[in-house]
Amino acid sequence: MTPMQKTGPDAALSAAPASKRLRPGRFLRRWPALSLGLVLLALACVMAVFAPLLATHDPQALDATQRLKPPSAEAWFGTDMMGRDVYSRVIYGARVSLVVGFGVAVLATAAGMAIGLVAGFSRLLDSIIMRIMDGLMAIPSILLAIAFMAMLGSSVVNVIVAVTISEIPRVARLVRSTVLSLREQTYVEAAITSGASTLRIIWRHILPNAMPPVLVQATYICASAMVIEAILSFIGAGTPPDIPSWGNIMTEGRALWQVKPHIVAFPAVVLSLTVLAVNLVGDGLRDMLDPRRKS
Amino acid sequence: MIKYILQRLLATVPVVVIVALIVFSLLFLTPGDPAAVMAGDQATPEQIAQIRESLGLDQPFLPRLLSWFGAVLQGDLGTSIFTGQPVTKMILERIGPTFSLMLVTLVFAVIVAVPVGVIAAYRHNTLLDNAIMAAAVLGFSVPVFVLGYLLAWLLASNAQLLPVQGYRPLSDGVGPWLRHLVLPVLTVSGVYIALIARITRTTMLEVLSQDYIRTARAKGASERAVLFVHALRNASVQVVTVVGLGVALLIGGAVVTETVFSIPGLGRLTVDAILQRDYPVIQGIILLFSFVYVLVNLLVDLSYVLFDPRIRY
Repeated sequence: MTPMQKTGPDAALSAAPASKRLRPGRFLRRWPALSLGLVLLALACVMAVFAPLLATHDPQALDATQRLKPPSAEAWFGTDMMGRDVYSRVIYGARVSLVVGFGVAVLATAAGMAIGLVAGFSRLLDSIIMRIMDGLMAIPSILLAIAFMAMLGSSVVNVIVAVTISEIPRVARLVRSTVLSLREQTYVEAAITSGASTLRIIWRHILPNAMPPVLVQATYICASAMVIEAILSFIGAGTPPDIPSWGNIMTEGRALWQVKPHIVAFPAVVLSLTVLAVNLVGDGLRDMLDPRRKS
Repeated sequence: MIKYILQRLLATVPVVVIVALIVFSLLFLTPGDPAAVMAGDQATPEQIAQIRESLGLDQPFLPRLLSWFGAVLQGDLGTSIFTGQPVTKMILERIGPTFSLMLVTLVFAVIVAVPVGVIAAYRHNTLLDNAIMAAAVLGFSVPVFVLGYLLAWLLASNAQLLPVQGYRPLSDGVGPWLRHLVLPVLTVSGVYIALIARITRTTMLEVLSQDYIRTARAKGASERAVLFVHALRNASVQVVTVVGLGVALLIGGAVVTETVFSIPGLGRLTVDAILQRDYPVIQGIILLFSFVYVLVNLLVDLSYVLFDPRIRY
């Protein structure tokens, strides 16, 4: 906030455009962690989108003469047990991580919001829905995802489905509690008594208030989905071996990590940095959207 | 008090039943025929049908659910498709390493994370606080198996300080038991410490701005007494709640870490069961862990009365 604050009805009008103007330098100084997160995340997106241009080899090409080579000018991150180029595999692995991360974040948020809204507005369905959500939340999310993967079989789409189902209850609970507390607000009561339809109340009053925390939650879900995908792939229940993902590249290096650490190390670093990026964006958004933290 | 405990116990019954229902339905919906797997490649269709009948697999959903649930209540979790052994027996054989790992991690993480969170709150907005919070974000971001390899590489591979593989039961002596647990415990506790330290800091920041803290200081209480007696006691309800919820991370972490360090526990059993598509074993382990998780959080609820005398039942 500026030190000289205007008050009165024109304050909002004159202040709004000034604070909306984004100057990169100022943004960077005010939100250093968020900026770092956004830059790292942008890099991961570039990796995923331009993978064919950035990769130096076909990520699937086997070469029996080039097995387990250490990093060199030819193979930047070395090669794995089957002679495949680890650098190119790591580049392509960004696709799986980001698709799973963003896919789960969007799907779990959408489904969780729908379920939370229904539970918040329908007393009848509320107790049934929330008991099911309690049951789902009582199963540790990695185990629930493992159970779904065992049922569905390994594929990227199934990973998205499995992780989405284990993340839905968190969003549903958040949205439901927001709905319940907003329904008690005088302005919502006023809207109800003045005959506004439920849809209009959701659109005009509930969603604008529920969005900021849900958005922050969505970023944490994205980070958690990336970690769970890597864990599932690492233990052999996630992305199938013919699609390179950071988790299953590490699985291939697992038996040999003490003698050939490069196969495990490179995907591990890239995975950690990407999850870190998403978490930094989440923390930054939380601080930005929390009115109590504005000084 | 007893009335409250009974009430809370009763409230967890529907959760446990729903968990069991979800876990059972997953197995029921799973494609593939366990009877065919158990019978082997040379089996005739009659033999497969016989196995199916003896296991009750030819029954519809509801009778199967009820007989399964009845068996679970008596501690019978079914039979492994792969080994033909009772799942309960397989789980009991593997439970020691996993529970050792979880218990030691829990104690270690609380001992480290709570003081770190208190100090971060006390030194709010200083370099120390920022460093602790940055470490916490890192702790959240580094996946548990990545941390495992990093620690093994730093402490065991290069320096040869600690064993990187395996497990010794407590009956072999406390020394070997602890030495084999050091790396796995450090690995699993990473995320857990980050979580507890963060909630301790946030709650302590709120508590430290309260009037009674100023009163405690005004009456001359030492800073240490203010922090660890007056403030931490009032923050403890939130901290204990998160310690309980974080047990989910502990369970997930143990499953993965056992694979990294070749520990013959429930996590390894889970991973092997996934690779062998041994659904009754997967089902039994998930049920057991969920039950432990619900139980821990029930105990957390009941413990509030110890930490906050204002809560009376």
